Amino acid sequence: MDAIIENLPAYWTGFRTTLQLTLVSGAIALAWGLVLAALRVSPLAPLRAFAAAYVELLRNTPLTLVFFFLVFVAPQFGVLPPLGFWTAVVALAAYTSAFVAEAVRSGINSVGIGQAEAARAIGLTFGQTLSVVILPQAVRTVIPPLINVFIALAKNTSVAAGFATVELMASGRRLATANPGDVIWILVGVAFFYLLITIPSGIVAGLVERKVAFVR
Amino acid sequence: MTSVLYDSPGPVTRRRALLGSVLGGLVVLALVGLAVWYAAGRGVFEGDRWDVLYAPPKNQTAADVWTSMLVRGLGATLRAAAFAAPLALVLGLLLALWRTARRPWIRWPAIGIIELFRGLPVLLMMFFALLGFGWEAFTAVVFGLTVYNMAIIAEILRAGLASLPKGQAEAAYAVGLTRGQTLFTILLPQAVRTMLPSLISQLVVLLKDSSLGFIVGYAELLKSIQNNAQFFGNKYFIALFVVGAGIYLVVNISLSRLAVWIQRRTTRTAATPILVDPNGGAGGTP
Repeated sequence: MDAIIENLPAYWTGFRTTLQLTLVSGAIALAWGLVLAALRVSPLAPLRAFAAAYVELLRNTPLTLVFFFLVFVAPQFGVLPPLGFWTAVVALAAYTSAFVAEAVRSGINSVGIGQAEAARAIGLTFGQTLSVVILPQAVRTVIPPLINVFIALAKNTSVAAGFATVELMASGRRLATANPGDVIWILVGVAFFYLLITIPSGIVAGLVERKVAFVR
Repeated sequence: MTSVLYDSPGPVTRRRALLGSVLGGLVVLALVGLAVWYAAGRGVFEGDRWDVLYAPPKNQTAADVWTSMLVRGLGATLRAAAFAAPLALVLGLLLALWRTARRPWIRWPAIGIIELFRGLPVLLMMFFALLGFGWEAFTAVVFGLTVYNMAIIAEILRAGLASLPKGQAEAAYAVGLTRGQTLFTILLPQAVRTMLPSLISQLVVLLKDSSLGFIVGYAELLKSIQNNAQFFGNKYFIALFVVGAGIYLVVNISLSRLAVWIQRRTTRTAATPILVDPNGGAGGTP
Protein backbone atom coordinates (compact mmCIF):
# COMPACT_ATOMS: atom_id res chain seq x y z
CA MET A 1 0.00 0.00 0.00
CA ASP A 2 2.81 2.41 0.90
CA ALA A 3 4.43 1.64 -2.43
CA ILE A 4 1.43 3.16 -4.19
CA ILE A 5 1.43 6.35 -2.13
CA GLU A 6 5.19 6.86 -2.42
CA ASN A 7 5.05 6.56 -6.18
CA LEU A 8 1.96 8.68 -6.81
CA PRO A 9 3.90 11.21 -8.96
CA ALA A 10 5.07 8.43 -11.33
CA TYR A 11 1.53 7.09 -11.56
CA TRP A 12 0.23 10.57 -12.22
CA THR A 13 2.63 11.17 -15.13
CA GLY A 14 1.70 7.84 -16.68
CA PHE A 15 -2.00 8.45 -16.11
CA ARG A 16 -1.76 11.84 -17.84
CA THR A 17 -0.05 10.27 -20.87
CA THR A 18 -2.75 7.59 -21.01
CA LEU A 19 -5.45 10.28 -20.88
CA GLN A 20 -3.75 12.31 -23.61
CA LEU A 21 -3.36 9.22 -25.79
CA THR A 22 -7.04 8.40 -25.32
CA LEU A 23 -8.28 11.91 -26.05
CA VAL A 24 -6.04 12.72 -29.02
CA SER A 25 -6.40 9.38 -30.78
CA GLY A 26 -10.10 9.27 -29.83
CA ALA A 27 -10.72 12.63 -31.52
CA ILE A 28 -8.86 11.58 -34.67
CA ALA A 29 -10.60 8.18 -34.72
CA LEU A 30 -14.00 9.86 -34.35
CA ALA A 31 -13.40 12.21 -37.29
CA TRP A 32 -11.91 9.54 -39.57
CA GLY A 33 -14.51 6.98 -38.49
CA LEU A 34 -17.36 9.36 -39.40
CA VAL A 35 -15.81 9.90 -42.83
CA LEU A 36 -15.50 6.13 -43.30
CA ALA A 37 -19.13 5.59 -42.26
CA ALA A 38 -20.28 8.25 -44.73
CA LEU A 39 -18.22 6.59 -47.47
CA ARG A 40 -19.81 3.24 -46.65
CA VAL A 41 -23.34 4.50 -47.42
CA SER A 42 -22.33 6.75 -50.32
CA PRO A 43 -23.68 6.18 -53.86
CA LEU A 44 -20.19 5.76 -55.37
CA ALA A 45 -19.17 2.10 -55.48
CA PRO A 46 -15.36 2.56 -55.33
CA LEU A 47 -15.63 4.70 -52.19
CA ARG A 48 -17.98 2.15 -50.60
CA ALA A 49 -15.55 -0.64 -51.44
CA PHE A 50 -12.58 1.30 -50.08
CA ALA A 51 -14.30 2.02 -46.75
CA ALA A 52 -15.56 -1.57 -46.45
CA ALA A 53 -12.10 -2.98 -47.13
CA TYR A 54 -10.49 -0.62 -44.61
CA VAL A 55 -12.97 -1.48 -41.87
CA GLU A 56 -12.81 -5.24 -42.53
CA LEU A 57 -9.01 -5.21 -42.58
CA LEU A 58 -8.47 -3.18 -39.42
CA ARG A 59 -11.21 -4.91 -37.44
CA ASN A 60 -9.67 -8.30 -38.04
CA THR A 61 -6.11 -7.21 -37.29
CA PRO A 62 -4.78 -7.32 -33.75
CA LEU A 63 -3.83 -3.87 -32.46
CA THR A 64 -0.39 -5.25 -31.62
CA LEU A 65 0.10 -5.99 -35.31
CA VAL A 66 -0.69 -2.36 -36.21
CA PHE A 67 1.90 -1.16 -33.71
CA PHE A 68 4.33 -3.80 -34.98
CA PHE A 69 3.88 -2.51 -38.53
CA LEU A 70 4.55 1.12 -37.61
CA VAL A 71 7.52 0.39 -35.37
CA PHE A 72 9.34 -2.41 -37.21
CA VAL A 73 8.04 -2.64 -40.78
CA ALA A 74 7.39 0.98 -41.82
CA PRO A 75 11.11 1.91 -41.42
CA GLN A 76 11.88 -0.70 -44.12
CA PHE A 77 9.78 1.39 -46.52
CA GLY A 78 11.90 4.39 -45.60
CA VAL A 79 9.12 5.84 -43.43
CA LEU A 80 10.58 6.69 -40.04
CA PRO A 81 7.75 7.49 -37.64
CA PRO A 82 8.93 9.29 -34.50
CA LEU A 83 9.00 6.66 -31.77
CA GLY A 84 6.68 7.02 -28.81
CA PHE A 85 3.61 9.18 -28.40
CA TRP A 86 2.73 10.02 -32.01
CA THR A 87 3.32 6.52 -33.31
CA ALA A 88 0.93 5.30 -30.64
CA VAL A 89 -1.62 7.95 -31.64
CA VAL A 90 -1.48 6.91 -35.30
CA ALA A 91 -1.81 3.19 -34.49
CA LEU A 92 -4.67 3.69 -32.01
CA ALA A 93 -6.54 6.13 -34.25
CA ALA A 94 -6.23 3.92 -37.34
CA TYR A 95 -7.44 0.89 -35.39
CA THR A 96 -10.26 2.57 -33.45
CA SER A 97 -11.67 4.44 -36.46
CA ALA A 98 -12.76 1.09 -37.96
CA PHE A 99 -14.85 0.38 -34.85
CA VAL A 100 -16.26 3.92 -34.84
CA ALA A 101 -17.28 3.48 -38.48
CA GLU A 102 -19.02 0.19 -37.68
CA ALA A 103 -20.88 1.70 -34.70
CA VAL A 104 -22.07 4.69 -36.74
CA ARG A 105 -23.08 2.51 -39.67
CA SER A 106 -25.16 0.19 -37.51
CA GLY A 107 -26.73 3.32 -35.99
CA ILE A 108 -27.67 4.54 -39.46
CA ASN A 109 -29.11 1.13 -40.24
CA SER A 110 -31.15 1.14 -37.03
CA VAL A 111 -33.20 4.17 -38.15
CA GLY A 112 -36.50 2.90 -39.51
CA ILE A 113 -36.43 2.51 -43.26
CA GLY A 114 -39.72 4.43 -43.49
CA GLN A 115 -37.89 7.55 -42.31
CA ALA A 116 -35.55 7.44 -45.29
CA GLU A 117 -38.39 6.58 -47.65
CA ALA A 118 -40.51 9.49 -46.38
CA ALA A 119 -37.57 11.87 -46.68
CA ARG A 120 -36.94 10.72 -50.24
CA ALA A 121 -40.65 10.94 -51.02
CA ILE A 122 -40.86 14.63 -50.13
CA GLY A 123 -37.90 15.23 -52.39
CA LEU A 124 -34.91 15.62 -50.09
CA THR A 125 -31.54 14.85 -51.67
CA PHE A 126 -29.06 12.23 -50.44
CA GLY A 127 -27.15 14.79 -48.39
CA GLN A 128 -30.32 16.32 -46.93
CA THR A 129 -31.81 12.92 -46.10
CA LEU A 130 -28.65 11.92 -44.28
CA SER A 131 -27.97 15.16 -42.41
CA VAL A 132 -31.52 16.34 -41.62
CA VAL A 133 -33.44 13.09 -41.10
CA ILE A 134 -31.23 10.03 -40.60
CA LEU A 135 -28.18 11.22 -38.65
CA PRO A 136 -30.07 13.18 -35.94
CA GLN A 137 -32.03 10.01 -35.19
CA ALA A 138 -29.00 7.74 -35.52
CA VAL A 139 -27.06 9.78 -32.94
CA ARG A 140 -29.30 8.54 -30.13
CA THR A 141 -28.61 4.89 -30.83
CA VAL A 142 -24.97 5.47 -31.72
CA ILE A 143 -23.80 7.22 -28.56
CA PRO A 144 -23.85 4.26 -26.11
CA PRO A 145 -21.87 1.92 -28.42
CA LEU A 146 -19.53 4.80 -29.24
CA ILE A 147 -18.81 5.31 -25.55
CA ASN A 148 -18.02 1.59 -25.36
CA VAL A 149 -15.62 1.96 -28.29
CA PHE A 150 -13.85 4.77 -26.43
CA ILE A 151 -13.70 2.74 -23.21
CA ALA A 152 -12.04 -0.01 -25.24
CA LEU A 153 -9.67 2.62 -26.63
CA ALA A 154 -8.71 3.74 -23.12
CA LYS A 155 -7.84 0.14 -22.28
CA ASN A 156 -6.09 -0.38 -25.61
CA THR A 157 -3.68 2.47 -24.95
CA SER A 158 -1.90 -0.02 -22.67
CA VAL A 159 -0.59 -1.81 -25.79
CA ALA A 160 1.59 1.26 -26.41
CA ALA A 161 3.57 0.20 -23.34
CA GLY A 162 5.12 -2.56 -25.44
CA PHE A 163 6.28 -0.05 -28.06
CA ALA A 164 8.31 2.62 -26.29
CA THR A 165 5.52 4.88 -25.01
CA VAL A 166 5.69 5.48 -21.29
CA GLU A 167 2.03 5.61 -20.32
CA LEU A 168 0.28 4.17 -17.28
CA MET A 169 1.06 0.51 -17.97
CA ALA A 170 4.71 1.17 -18.79
CA SER A 171 5.25 3.33 -15.70
CA GLY A 172 3.61 0.56 -13.67
CA ARG A 173 6.04 -1.95 -15.13
CA ARG A 174 8.98 0.32 -14.31
CA LEU A 175 7.76 0.77 -10.75
CA ALA A 176 7.28 -3.00 -10.43
CA THR A 177 10.89 -3.60 -11.48
CA ALA A 178 12.09 -0.94 -9.07
CA ASN A 179 10.07 -2.31 -6.11
CA PRO A 180 10.35 -6.10 -6.44
CA GLY A 181 8.83 -6.57 -2.99
CA ASP A 182 5.57 -4.76 -3.71
CA VAL A 183 4.81 -5.86 -7.28
CA ILE A 184 1.21 -6.82 -6.56
CA TRP A 185 0.41 -3.54 -4.81
CA ILE A 186 2.08 -1.53 -7.58
CA LEU A 187 -0.08 -3.29 -10.17
CA VAL A 188 -3.20 -2.80 -8.03
CA GLY A 189 -2.38 0.91 -8.21
CA VAL A 190 -2.21 0.71 -12.01
CA ALA A 191 -5.54 -1.13 -12.05
CA PHE A 192 -7.08 1.60 -9.87
CA PHE A 193 -6.12 4.31 -12.34
CA TYR A 194 -7.53 2.37 -15.29
CA LEU A 195 -10.79 1.80 -13.40
CA LEU A 196 -10.85 5.54 -12.73
CA ILE A 197 -11.38 5.98 -16.48
CA THR A 198 -13.39 2.90 -17.42
CA ILE A 199 -15.95 2.55 -14.63
CA PRO A 200 -17.30 6.14 -14.69
CA SER A 201 -17.46 6.03 -18.51
CA GLY A 202 -19.31 2.72 -18.28
CA ILE A 203 -21.84 4.24 -15.88
CA VAL A 204 -22.31 7.24 -18.19
CA ALA A 205 -22.87 4.87 -21.13
CA GLY A 206 -25.52 3.02 -19.12
CA LEU A 207 -27.28 6.24 -18.14
CA VAL A 208 -27.26 7.60 -21.68
CA GLU A 209 -28.57 4.28 -22.96
CA ARG A 210 -31.48 4.35 -20.52
CA LYS A 211 -32.17 7.99 -21.31
CA VAL A 212 -32.28 7.65 -25.08
CA ALA A 213 -33.87 4.22 -25.22
CA PHE A 214 -37.25 4.44 -26.89
CA VAL A 215 -39.51 2.06 -28.70
CA ARG A 216 -39.48 2.25 -32.47
CA MET B 1 -30.94 1.17 -46.07
CA THR B 2 -28.31 2.23 -48.57
CA SER B 3 -30.64 1.70 -51.51
CA VAL B 4 -33.33 3.99 -50.08
CA LEU B 5 -31.06 6.93 -49.41
CA TYR B 6 -30.97 8.00 -53.04
CA ASP B 7 -33.31 7.63 -56.05
CA SER B 8 -32.83 4.83 -58.47
CA PRO B 9 -30.84 6.90 -60.93
CA GLY B 10 -32.08 8.19 -64.26
CA PRO B 11 -29.86 8.47 -67.36
CA VAL B 12 -28.24 11.78 -66.35
CA THR B 13 -27.52 10.69 -62.79
CA ARG B 14 -26.32 7.33 -64.02
CA ARG B 15 -23.85 9.03 -66.32
CA ARG B 16 -22.77 11.28 -63.48
CA ALA B 17 -22.47 8.34 -61.08
CA LEU B 18 -20.45 6.40 -63.66
CA LEU B 19 -18.15 9.39 -64.06
CA GLY B 20 -17.86 9.72 -60.29
CA SER B 21 -17.22 6.00 -59.86
CA VAL B 22 -14.54 6.04 -62.53
CA LEU B 23 -12.94 9.16 -61.04
CA GLY B 24 -13.17 7.78 -57.49
CA GLY B 25 -11.78 4.45 -58.65
CA LEU B 26 -8.97 6.24 -60.45
CA VAL B 27 -8.13 8.24 -57.33
CA VAL B 28 -8.02 5.08 -55.20
CA LEU B 29 -5.98 3.27 -57.88
CA ALA B 30 -3.64 6.25 -58.20
CA LEU B 31 -3.03 6.27 -54.46
CA VAL B 32 -2.31 2.53 -54.48
CA GLY B 33 -0.11 2.97 -57.54
CA LEU B 34 1.78 5.80 -55.88
CA ALA B 35 2.41 3.64 -52.82
CA VAL B 36 3.58 0.72 -54.98
CA TRP B 37 5.80 3.02 -57.07
CA TYR B 38 7.28 4.53 -53.92
CA ALA B 39 7.87 1.08 -52.42
CA ALA B 40 9.38 -0.22 -55.65
CA GLY B 41 11.74 2.75 -55.69
CA ARG B 42 12.98 1.57 -52.31
CA GLY B 43 13.57 -1.92 -53.66
CA VAL B 44 10.72 -3.52 -51.71
CA PHE B 45 9.76 -5.86 -54.56
CA GLU B 46 13.24 -7.04 -55.44
CA GLY B 47 13.88 -10.74 -55.08
CA ASP B 48 16.49 -10.42 -52.37
CA ARG B 49 13.86 -8.91 -50.05
CA TRP B 50 11.56 -11.90 -50.46
CA ASP B 51 13.84 -14.89 -50.97
CA VAL B 52 13.63 -15.61 -47.24
CA LEU B 53 10.27 -17.20 -48.07
CA TYR B 54 11.57 -19.65 -50.69
CA ALA B 55 15.39 -19.68 -50.59
CA PRO B 56 16.58 -18.19 -47.30
CA PRO B 57 20.24 -17.34 -46.74
CA LYS B 58 22.48 -18.55 -43.89
CA ASN B 59 22.17 -22.27 -44.76
CA GLN B 60 18.51 -22.44 -43.78
CA THR B 61 15.84 -24.07 -45.87
CA ALA B 62 12.50 -22.50 -46.72
CA ALA B 63 10.89 -25.29 -44.71
CA ASP B 64 12.75 -24.08 -41.58
CA VAL B 65 11.37 -20.56 -41.99
CA TRP B 66 7.82 -21.69 -42.62
CA THR B 67 7.93 -24.20 -39.76
CA SER B 68 9.13 -21.52 -37.37
CA MET B 69 6.24 -19.26 -38.35
CA LEU B 70 3.37 -21.64 -39.03
CA VAL B 71 4.08 -24.46 -36.58
CA ARG B 72 5.87 -22.75 -33.72
CA GLY B 73 4.50 -19.18 -34.16
CA LEU B 74 0.90 -19.75 -35.19
CA GLY B 75 0.88 -22.96 -33.15
CA ALA B 76 1.76 -21.03 -29.99
CA THR B 77 -0.89 -18.39 -30.76
CA LEU B 78 -3.56 -21.05 -31.30
CA ARG B 79 -2.44 -23.01 -28.24
CA ALA B 80 -2.90 -19.98 -25.98
CA ALA B 81 -6.32 -19.34 -27.52
CA ALA B 82 -7.27 -23.03 -27.31
CA PHE B 83 -6.51 -23.09 -23.58
CA ALA B 84 -8.12 -19.74 -22.82
CA ALA B 85 -11.32 -20.02 -24.88
CA PRO B 86 -12.90 -23.08 -23.16
CA LEU B 87 -11.83 -21.78 -19.74
CA ALA B 88 -13.39 -18.38 -20.47
CA LEU B 89 -16.58 -19.98 -21.77
CA VAL B 90 -17.04 -22.23 -18.72
CA LEU B 91 -16.12 -19.55 -16.18
CA GLY B 92 -18.24 -16.99 -18.04
CA LEU B 93 -21.21 -19.36 -17.90
CA LEU B 94 -20.71 -19.89 -14.16
CA LEU B 95 -20.47 -16.14 -13.59
CA ALA B 96 -23.62 -15.51 -15.64
CA LEU B 97 -25.51 -18.11 -13.57
CA TRP B 98 -24.12 -16.66 -10.36
CA ARG B 99 -25.37 -13.24 -11.50
CA THR B 100 -28.91 -14.52 -11.85
CA ALA B 101 -29.04 -15.61 -8.19
CA ARG B 102 -32.16 -14.34 -6.50
CA ARG B 103 -30.64 -12.97 -3.30
CA PRO B 104 -28.81 -9.65 -3.91
CA TRP B 105 -26.02 -10.41 -1.46
CA ILE B 106 -25.19 -13.60 -3.37
CA ARG B 107 -25.44 -11.86 -6.73
CA TRP B 108 -23.37 -8.88 -5.69
CA PRO B 109 -19.84 -10.43 -5.80
CA ALA B 110 -20.47 -11.73 -9.33
CA ILE B 111 -21.37 -8.22 -10.49
CA GLY B 112 -18.21 -6.94 -8.81
CA ILE B 113 -16.00 -9.52 -10.54
CA ILE B 114 -17.55 -8.84 -13.96
CA GLU B 115 -17.27 -5.05 -13.69
CA LEU B 116 -13.70 -5.27 -12.37
CA PHE B 117 -12.31 -7.47 -15.12
CA ARG B 118 -14.30 -5.74 -17.86
CA GLY B 119 -12.75 -2.42 -16.91
CA LEU B 120 -9.11 -3.49 -16.96
CA PRO B 121 -6.77 -3.91 -19.96
CA VAL B 122 -5.93 -7.51 -20.85
CA LEU B 123 -2.26 -6.58 -20.84
CA LEU B 124 -2.47 -5.53 -17.19
CA MET B 125 -3.98 -8.91 -16.29
CA MET B 126 -1.07 -10.59 -18.06
CA PHE B 127 1.43 -8.49 -16.15
CA PHE B 128 -0.31 -9.38 -12.91
CA ALA B 129 0.31 -13.06 -13.63
CA LEU B 130 3.80 -12.52 -15.02
CA LEU B 131 5.28 -10.05 -12.50
CA GLY B 132 2.87 -10.29 -9.59
CA PHE B 133 2.45 -14.05 -9.33
CA GLY B 134 5.74 -14.87 -11.07
CA TRP B 135 4.13 -17.23 -13.57
CA GLU B 136 5.75 -18.11 -16.88
CA ALA B 137 4.75 -16.29 -20.07
CA PHE B 138 2.37 -18.92 -21.47
CA THR B 139 0.37 -19.20 -18.23
CA ALA B 140 0.32 -15.42 -17.95
CA VAL B 141 -1.13 -15.06 -21.46
CA VAL B 142 -3.78 -17.73 -20.81
CA PHE B 143 -4.64 -16.12 -17.47
CA GLY B 144 -5.05 -12.65 -18.97
CA LEU B 145 -7.18 -13.89 -21.86
CA THR B 146 -9.32 -16.05 -19.56
CA VAL B 147 -10.23 -13.55 -16.87
CA TYR B 148 -11.02 -10.75 -19.31
CA ASN B 149 -13.08 -12.82 -21.70
CA MET B 150 -14.97 -14.69 -18.99
CA ALA B 151 -16.31 -11.33 -17.78
CA ILE B 152 -17.38 -10.33 -21.30
CA ILE B 153 -18.93 -13.76 -21.98
CA ALA B 154 -20.84 -13.57 -18.70
CA GLU B 155 -22.26 -10.22 -19.84
CA ILE B 156 -23.19 -11.62 -23.26
CA LEU B 157 -24.99 -14.60 -21.69
CA ARG B 158 -26.77 -12.36 -19.20
CA ALA B 159 -28.01 -10.16 -22.03
CA GLY B 160 -29.15 -13.33 -23.81
CA LEU B 161 -31.07 -14.51 -20.77
CA ALA B 162 -32.61 -11.05 -20.31
CA SER B 163 -33.73 -10.94 -23.93
CA LEU B 164 -35.93 -14.06 -23.58
CA PRO B 165 -39.66 -13.47 -23.21
CA LYS B 166 -40.79 -13.75 -19.60
CA GLY B 167 -43.33 -16.41 -20.56
CA GLN B 168 -40.56 -18.95 -21.13
CA ALA B 169 -39.57 -19.04 -17.47
CA GLU B 170 -43.17 -18.70 -16.27
CA ALA B 171 -44.31 -21.63 -18.39
CA ALA B 172 -41.38 -23.74 -17.19
CA TYR B 173 -42.22 -23.05 -13.55
CA ALA B 174 -45.90 -23.65 -14.27
CA VAL B 175 -45.27 -27.19 -15.54
CA GLY B 176 -43.34 -27.82 -12.32
CA LEU B 177 -39.70 -27.60 -13.38
CA THR B 178 -37.28 -26.56 -10.66
CA ARG B 179 -35.19 -23.42 -10.98
CA GLY B 180 -32.14 -25.41 -12.12
CA GLN B 181 -34.13 -27.38 -14.66
CA THR B 182 -35.68 -24.18 -16.01
CA LEU B 183 -32.27 -22.58 -16.44
CA PHE B 184 -30.53 -25.54 -18.03
CA THR B 185 -33.25 -27.01 -20.22
CA ILE B 186 -35.34 -23.95 -21.15
CA LEU B 187 -33.52 -20.65 -20.77
CA LEU B 188 -29.82 -21.31 -21.41
CA PRO B 189 -30.23 -23.22 -24.69
CA GLN B 190 -32.25 -20.33 -26.09
CA ALA B 191 -29.91 -17.67 -24.71
CA VAL B 192 -26.82 -19.39 -26.13
CA ARG B 193 -28.55 -19.71 -29.47
CA THR B 194 -29.48 -16.03 -29.75
CA MET B 195 -26.04 -15.01 -28.53
CA LEU B 196 -23.99 -17.36 -30.70
CA PRO B 197 -22.87 -14.61 -33.13
CA SER B 198 -21.74 -12.38 -30.25
CA LEU B 199 -19.95 -15.32 -28.62
CA ILE B 200 -18.06 -16.09 -31.82
CA SER B 201 -17.11 -12.42 -32.26
CA GLN B 202 -15.76 -12.52 -28.73
CA LEU B 203 -13.64 -15.55 -29.63
CA VAL B 204 -12.18 -13.50 -32.52
CA VAL B 205 -11.33 -10.80 -29.98
CA LEU B 206 -9.69 -13.43 -27.77
CA LEU B 207 -7.60 -14.72 -30.67
CA LYS B 208 -6.57 -11.16 -31.58
CA ASP B 209 -5.65 -10.39 -27.99
CA SER B 210 -3.36 -13.42 -27.82
CA SER B 211 -0.94 -11.27 -29.84
CA LEU B 212 -0.38 -9.30 -26.61
CA GLY B 213 1.82 -12.25 -25.69
CA PHE B 214 4.41 -10.50 -27.88
CA ILE B 215 4.71 -7.81 -25.20
CA VAL B 216 4.95 -10.15 -22.20
CA GLY B 217 7.58 -12.31 -23.89
CA TYR B 218 5.49 -15.27 -25.07
CA ALA B 219 6.94 -16.66 -28.31
CA GLU B 220 3.83 -16.44 -30.53
CA LEU B 221 3.36 -15.52 -34.19
CA LEU B 222 4.52 -11.90 -33.98
CA LYS B 223 7.55 -12.88 -31.95
CA SER B 224 8.50 -15.53 -34.51
CA ILE B 225 8.31 -12.87 -37.25
CA GLN B 226 10.59 -10.61 -35.24
CA ASN B 227 13.00 -13.45 -34.46
CA ASN B 228 13.21 -14.46 -38.11
CA ALA B 229 13.77 -10.86 -39.19
CA GLN B 230 16.51 -10.41 -36.62
CA PHE B 231 18.19 -13.66 -37.64
CA PHE B 232 18.05 -13.12 -41.42
CA GLY B 233 18.38 -9.33 -41.42
CA ASN B 234 15.97 -6.39 -41.16
CA LYS B 235 15.43 -6.17 -44.91
CA TYR B 236 13.21 -9.25 -44.67
CA PHE B 237 10.78 -7.60 -42.23
CA ILE B 238 8.32 -6.73 -45.01
CA ALA B 239 8.10 -10.23 -46.49
CA LEU B 240 7.76 -11.85 -43.08
CA PHE B 241 5.20 -9.28 -41.94
CA VAL B 242 3.05 -9.83 -45.02
CA VAL B 243 2.93 -13.56 -44.22
CA GLY B 244 2.13 -12.96 -40.53
CA ALA B 245 -0.58 -10.38 -41.20
CA GLY B 246 -2.03 -12.65 -43.88
CA ILE B 247 -2.29 -15.53 -41.39
CA TYR B 248 -4.11 -13.35 -38.84
CA LEU B 249 -6.50 -11.98 -41.45
CA VAL B 250 -7.36 -15.40 -42.88
CA VAL B 251 -8.07 -16.92 -39.45
CA ASN B 252 -10.02 -13.93 -38.09
CA ILE B 253 -12.03 -13.16 -41.21
CA SER B 254 -13.12 -16.79 -41.55
CA LEU B 255 -14.28 -16.78 -37.91
CA SER B 256 -16.13 -13.46 -38.42
CA ARG B 257 -17.79 -14.81 -41.57
CA LEU B 258 -18.90 -17.86 -39.58
CA ALA B 259 -20.54 -15.52 -37.03
CA VAL B 260 -22.38 -13.61 -39.76
CA TRP B 261 -23.50 -16.85 -41.41
CA ILE B 262 -24.85 -18.23 -38.13
CA GLN B 263 -26.61 -14.96 -37.45
CA ARG B 264 -28.35 -15.12 -40.83
CA ARG B 265 -29.42 -18.69 -40.17
CA THR B 266 -30.85 -17.91 -36.74
CA THR B 267 -32.64 -14.81 -38.01
CA ARG B 268 -34.49 -16.94 -40.52
CA THR B 269 -35.75 -19.50 -38.02
CA ALA B 270 -35.96 -17.81 -34.62
CA ALA B 271 -37.27 -14.54 -33.23
CA THR B 272 -35.19 -11.42 -33.78
CA PRO B 273 -31.72 -11.91 -32.31
CA ILE B 274 -30.51 -9.30 -29.88
CA LEU B 275 -27.14 -7.82 -30.75
CA VAL B 276 -25.23 -6.66 -27.75
CA ASP B 277 -22.34 -4.38 -28.58
CA PRO B 278 -21.29 -6.00 -31.86
CA ASN B 279 -17.82 -4.52 -31.46
CA GLY B 280 -17.17 -6.64 -28.44
CA GLY B 281 -16.47 -3.36 -26.69
CA ALA B 282 -12.97 -4.61 -26.32
CA GLY B 283 -9.51 -4.74 -27.43
CA GLY B 284 -9.77 -5.70 -29.03
CA THR B 285 -10.55 -4.97 -28.22
CA PRO B 286 -12.43 -3.59 -29.40
